[in-house]
Amino acid sequence: MTGRLRLAGQVAAVAIVAALLGLLAWKLTQDESAVTSQLDKGGSPTAPAFTLERLDGKGDLGLESLRGKAVVLNFWASWCGPCKDETPLLQQGWKRWRGKDVVFVGVDVKDFRGDAKDFLARYGVTYSNVYDGKGSTVGRYGVTGFPETYFVDADGKVRYRIAGPVEDAADLDAGIERALAPA
Amino acid sequence: MRAAALAVIALVLAAPAGASEQRPSAAELESELVCPVCETTLDTSNAPVALRMKAFIRERIAAGDTKSEIKASLVDQFGPAVLAEPPKKGFELVAWLLPLAGLALGVVVVGLLAWRWSHARGGDEPADVAEPLDPALERRLDDELARYEP
Repeated sequence: MTGRLRLAGQVAAVAIVAALLGLLAWKLTQDESAVTSQLDKGGSPTAPAFTLERLDGKGDLGLESLRGKAVVLNFWASWCGPCKDETPLLQQGWKRWRGKDVVFVGVDVKDFRGDAKDFLARYGVTYSNVYDGKGSTVGRYGVTGFPETYFVDADGKVRYRIAGPVEDAADLDAGIERALAPA
Repeated sequence: MRAAALAVIALVLAAPAGASEQRPSAAELESELVCPVCETTLDTSNAPVALRMKAFIRERIAAGDTKSEIKASLVDQFGPAVLAEPPKKGFELVAWLLPLAGLALGVVVVGLLAWRWSHARGGDEPADVAEPLDPALERRLDDELARYEP
């Protein structure tokens, strides 16, 4: 009886250690698979798909539906100071690039929906914006702060990233041209 | 009489909880909610989003919202991760039960070990005590001891 008890205890201990190791491996794999991590290694990872509520109230927007066009994917929040400086530049960029197989999509993250709508109205933003209050996209993209901009090509591959605000029009155009260039 | 006293005690204990639900303070809500960016409770965070959430809490308290309503509103915007304590239902219940299960398992393991240890000691002692001394050796021991007596 004592021998059986000891064996059961040993099996349980090994199982718990194996489960914890599995959890650690899963977490490491998740971090490694984030877009930012793969971009840093010189890869062109597939942009993680998402379908999120549009802030203009016109239903949902799925990233998959934009295949065939280059996408400027900008992660922002209304409480983020540098986002306020960057937004007019993005709006100007959108006016310059629209109709040239390029779309701009803003992803408002960890924010109040109402604040986000006020922000877009204040800065006269006309490109598409979606709401991700829970931040479900942040981990998968590996967003390290706000704002952050990803440039996705027509095949849905991320070609370039700007961490922090887009500084000027040339910075933005360089990212878009990378997304438009043949793979 | 005893039942009435118990009822009064229950009412006295329940009253603060009810008052807190109906008229929550900003301080208690800030200690029960988490900043979604820095992942510490609001009362220890000065991140821009935390400051905005604190302002929202004050607005909703002034508007007469209950504690549950304010929390539900923030969960709707930021998700359940904004709650410092996981809800006691659904999958989140595991977060409450697992530590208790671990504690219970620990108590059982320690209890079993203690029982085995005391059982083993209890079994050995009578054998030691009951071991009869060889008569020759006993006689020799008495003689030796007698030499040292004054």
